[in-house]
Amino acid sequence: MSRIKFELRKDQIDKINEICQSFNNEAGELINVLHKVQGTFGYLPAEVQEVVAKGLNIPVAKVYGVVTFYSYFTMTPKGKHPISICTGTACYVRGAEKVLEEFKKELKAEVGETTPDGKFSIACLRCVGACGLAPVVMVGDKTYGRVAPEMVKDILAEYAD
Amino acid sequence: MSDYKIHLLVCGGTGCKASESAQVVSNLKKEIESQGLSDFAQVVTTGCFGFCEKGPIVKIIPDNTFYTQVKPADAKEIVDEHIVKGRKVEHLLYVDPDKNEKVSDSKGMNFYKKQIRIALRNCGIIDPENIGEYIARDGYEALGKVLTSMSPEEAIDVVKKSGIRGRGGAGFPTGLKWELTRQTQSDVKYVVCNADEGDPGAFMDRSILEGDPHSVLEAMAINGYCTGAGHGLIYIRAEYPLAIERLKIAIKQAREYGLLGNDILGTGFNFDVELRYGAGAFVCGEETALIHSMEGSRGEPTLKPPFPSVEGYLKKPTNVNNVETYANIPVIFNRGAAWFASIGTEKSKGTKVFALAGKVNNVGLIEVPMGITLREVIFEIGGGIKGGKKFKAVQTGGPSGGCLTEKHLDTPIDYDNLIAVGSMMGSGGMVVMDEDDCMVDVAKYFLDFTVEESCGKCSPCRIGNKRLHELLDKLTKGKGEKQDIDRLINLSNVIKDTSLCGLGQSSPNPVLATISNFRDEYEAHVFDKKCPAGVCKDLMTYSIVDENCVGCTACARACPVGAITGERKEVHFIDAALCIKCGACMEKCKFNAVIVK
Amino acid sequence: MEKVKLNIDNKQVEVAKGTTIFKAAKQMGIDIPVLCYMHLEDLGIEHKPGGCRICVVEVEGRRNLAPSCSTEVAEGMVVKTHSVRVLNARKTVMELILSDHPKDCLSCAKSGKCDLQNMAVKLGIRDIPNQDIAEMSTYRMDFSPSLIRDMDKCIMCRRCETMCNDFQTVGALSAINRGFNSVVAPAFEMDIEDSTCTYCGQCVAVCPTGALTEVDHTNQLIEDLANPEKTVIVQTAPAVRAALGEEFDMPAGTSVTGQMVTALRELGFDYVFDTDFAADLTIMEEGTELLDRLTKHLNGDKSVKLPILTSCCPSWVNFFEQQFIDMLDIPSTARSPQQMFGAIAKTYFADKINVKRENLVVVSIMPCLAKKYECQRDEFKVDGNPDVDYSITTRELASLIKRANINLAILEKQDFDAPLGESTGAGVIFGVTGGVIEAATRTAYELHTGKELKKVDFEELRGLGGIRKATIDFDGLPIKIGIAHGLGNARKLLEDIRAGKSEFHAIEIMACPGGCIGGGGQPLHHGDSSVIQKRFEAIYAEDKGKKLRKSHENPYITKLYEEFLGKPMSEKAHHLLHTHYVDKSKKIIYMK
Repeated sequence: MSRIKFELRKDQIDKINEICQSFNNEAGELINVLHKVQGTFGYLPAEVQEVVAKGLNIPVAKVYGVVTFYSYFTMTPKGKHPISICTGTACYVRGAEKVLEEFKKELKAEVGETTPDGKFSIACLRCVGACGLAPVVMVGDKTYGRVAPEMVKDILAEYAD
Repeated sequence: MSDYKIHLLVCGGTGCKASESAQVVSNLKKEIESQGLSDFAQVVTTGCFGFCEKGPIVKIIPDNTFYTQVKPADAKEIVDEHIVKGRKVEHLLYVDPDKNEKVSDSKGMNFYKKQIRIALRNCGIIDPENIGEYIARDGYEALGKVLTSMSPEEAIDVVKKSGIRGRGGAGFPTGLKWELTRQTQSDVKYVVCNADEGDPGAFMDRSILEGDPHSVLEAMAINGYCTGAGHGLIYIRAEYPLAIERLKIAIKQAREYGLLGNDILGTGFNFDVELRYGAGAFVCGEETALIHSMEGSRGEPTLKPPFPSVEGYLKKPTNVNNVETYANIPVIFNRGAAWFASIGTEKSKGTKVFALAGKVNNVGLIEVPMGITLREVIFEIGGGIKGGKKFKAVQTGGPSGGCLTEKHLDTPIDYDNLIAVGSMMGSGGMVVMDEDDCMVDVAKYFLDFTVEESCGKCSPCRIGNKRLHELLDKLTKGKGEKQDIDRLINLSNVIKDTSLCGLGQSSPNPVLATISNFRDEYEAHVFDKKCPAGVCKDLMTYSIVDENCVGCTACARACPVGAITGERKEVHFIDAALCIKCGACMEKCKFNAVIVK
Repeated sequence: MEKVKLNIDNKQVEVAKGTTIFKAAKQMGIDIPVLCYMHLEDLGIEHKPGGCRICVVEVEGRRNLAPSCSTEVAEGMVVKTHSVRVLNARKTVMELILSDHPKDCLSCAKSGKCDLQNMAVKLGIRDIPNQDIAEMSTYRMDFSPSLIRDMDKCIMCRRCETMCNDFQTVGALSAINRGFNSVVAPAFEMDIEDSTCTYCGQCVAVCPTGALTEVDHTNQLIEDLANPEKTVIVQTAPAVRAALGEEFDMPAGTSVTGQMVTALRELGFDYVFDTDFAADLTIMEEGTELLDRLTKHLNGDKSVKLPILTSCCPSWVNFFEQQFIDMLDIPSTARSPQQMFGAIAKTYFADKINVKRENLVVVSIMPCLAKKYECQRDEFKVDGNPDVDYSITTRELASLIKRANINLAILEKQDFDAPLGESTGAGVIFGVTGGVIEAATRTAYELHTGKELKKVDFEELRGLGGIRKATIDFDGLPIKIGIAHGLGNARKLLEDIRAGKSEFHAIEIMACPGGCIGGGGQPLHHGDSSVIQKRFEAIYAEDKGKKLRKSHENPYITKLYEEFLGKPMSEKAHHLLHTHYVDKSKKIIYMK
């Protein structure tokens, strides 16, 4: 649950309404709308969900019910460099768990959390389909294959801007 | 594609892209251009070759030279040597691990020898972003044939006669499904492609959509004609950006060519396709849940009947098939139902794509005829177990499937045989495990997945899987009691028997299968408090082999909790009560004196 | 109708095609246990999510067990409702549900009336395996003025969600999260108080466990009754007397007005009054307002809007203050009978008995949860002291009477006290859908035409249809009346008004099915709509038995105006008996 109070500016509200309108304000398009809105804001804070609910004329409780059902939607802002560790079967049997532990240890953050400086966030995902490279880690759009725990420090160092 | 003498096919699948294949492509292009070879050689980005283990792959046509693990820096050498001088770049060739020989022609590779590629026929061969290349390989011929020379009933009959069954997992006869949708009277009907591939370790649908998107579009249009539907929807995982991009391009091109939209091929048939995005819920692979998700709701399944063929998307008749099923359809029309039915076993026709992963040498995507044995898949195509370890089990059917063992290696793989031995086909994940994998831990891993992915609607799945996971966790912590194995079995059976949808009805399979095949391993956890595979941390003890210890003190210095004592040059000792089993001592010891049991 | 033959528990049966196994078995006298299933036939709600999986049965030839509540019969089907496989499955599933449910039954508000508890008894549960390692799903307690959410006790039957969304269209609740963490909650798991909840209480009325309960004021009441400083008076709503008997094993529809009055006196109330008196007062104000607006409108005054909407249902008031804020000027400004009673009690009556406002405790007995909230609204307080101190439900009253060891069945019948206890039949019928508008019609007709109304029974306004309409002839002037009960039905009429398509002069709206007789604070009817029908009949019978049946004929009402208020809509009346509505749509989200 997000604790961050997020004040929406008028242009942001207009943007959400514009997205709703592009789907004819149809309630059935809720998931498509949420994808677009999350694409714009990076996450879906409560205030944004309220505007979406109004735009599609559905209860905000329903919007929240949908947002919390799908793991792709998030109510917490991701880090500047979101780290996703694949825990699909192929990666699991090739040691993804240890890689994940190493990231958690290095960043002192748990899965689903963002580091206090907002730089990194850790998430798990189930199979990016690069099982040949297992275990796989993604940082932003960049994929790292055959990651071993010893490589974690070096990977993080690449983002030491 | 025929104007050029040489084609350089570079894999642009997600796996190879992750290993900089895009950079390989641009370097090759630059090199060819700078050497003035642009009229002679062409670089094509294709879909997945399947041999992901050794990506990025570059294949040279016409001589079928198969280069593996190509780096961007290798581009110059490939052009200089192979294109200009006609000499193969030896160090990039695939080495057959058995014979330790270099294989230059991909046809000679064990990985490809036993495969029959129907659904994957174009993957790794055509540029998926160019409809012309699809058409050049008989693309949209089946659609033309169906629209101009067959009635919907006749076309459905072809699908029925081919014997193809749904490739999404359950294996429902595809022709029958089409017929049911056709028979339901309605002004509006829908054709849906289920591309919500969620099995961890399966990526066949993604590869097809990335490598050959038009085959799916063509099949959906044929389906629309057969069932009387004018709208097609592809429900695809949002986590597949490349597949989405290629589908968008394919839809646009098909519309431009008059192969989607109104009055297709001048026959008066209207059909169009749009994309819907999944949002990360495994349960949405279940067709009723998928439909609710497309309607903008929580992806919770509902009881069948009514089947989607009768009442589906927006309460209209809806035909839902999976990506791989669709990819087979055009071929069935082009080569005939009888040809298709000649491949496979009595009740399972055609081929099946598997994502071969885990502890096997050749990880990748393979398409094999139904009826092939696990032995052929794992030891011939897969090249055996990595690092010369011992084969232990293979999980088929993803988290809903079960594991198969040594004794199942010669069972022909088809829908019914897999169910008979306590597993299932599922969407085609195949994860190989070796002697280092603990089967209780593996079952726990799959339950962890199911607990996370249960929608929560029905109590056996919502609470029961959680309780299964807790029981397994108890075992791996060495706290198992003698009645726990029986409880696991009873609870598993009730969850299977009472759950609302396929997820809960199959989620206990990994538990039941591992207990039935590896009961001794469970008993070792419960009664001996030991993990034979050495995976369950709480059951391990680190100790020092006196004969090997030289008293270098490296281990004692590495131990974060001071559990190791001993004088310099004397044998050291690990206090089990203090040890936190971090393994630091074992890592530091250069004399193999630290062992774990 | 097409018939289907099947075999259930070795007996042949023939039922209509489309029947579920559960209903087919029921026709044979076989009760398959159900937990999440709920059928409110007259409301058109059949809730069968197939979620609890308690009702599973074995169907020959089927791989797995079938949920009988939602599986349709088929020709030649062979069903076993109590095979060993079925019994083991039911027991195991029940153990699972209980493994994620608190075990504090002894002090749970629902104890003894809990479907889950009853099911545990029925299935003979004695032990919950592996409870020592079983994690429980836990949630924050959520208190509001009307209801309490203790979601640790939620079993995900989703009945509340259906009532809130499908029937009431309030949309305050939705299933959230996934898997083991899923639960029904308001958006962002905010307090229900901050949500769009109207406190209609229908979720509480259908909740099978102690997850949703009303706020209990009985212990506060006992304290006040025991305090010698306080004068404690009580008012009872019309729907209470038509249902209270059910809690004492009397058949539904038994009217217990006299016994209830006696019981309240025995409990120690200083005065026992009747909300029906205030209902008559409401008619004087609301009827006058209706005629006033109607006359002005007919005379071409464009600033006066029609239709006029009734305003005695507090849940309905909450509904339009949340969701129809563009129409706040349409409902009547008349306060509800509960609040009119309180306002008069703490002024007129307090003066009469010479008790200071702060020493007078006004308690109401209501069939309603929203009334608990209504009496706490700031508009209904003077210097922080509420006109009505608190409201208790029919269920709470029953519990109190039982606690005091009073046997309602053997009590003599007594009359209400004067002056706030006298009422007409018009006040009584406030308890059913259509009653308020019928009562208003009886008075408005005579005031408007100046003629005596011979036939006071307006059958055309009665019934249990969700939306009803009728035209009443006001001596040549046709008055078009609309009636809706259930907020989902109300929404339809409101959307017509918003779209300028409404043809009505006046509309009566009640939030609960059947009106107050089906209120969220009534004895639980467990979806048996015949119970609502019986209460309905009891109310009209009580009306028929009254000597006076038009509000303006109530002599104590006449006296009240003469002695205190002047005339309807006077300045004093306006101050004490009318209210205003506020926009509650803009809420701050409180993140917890």
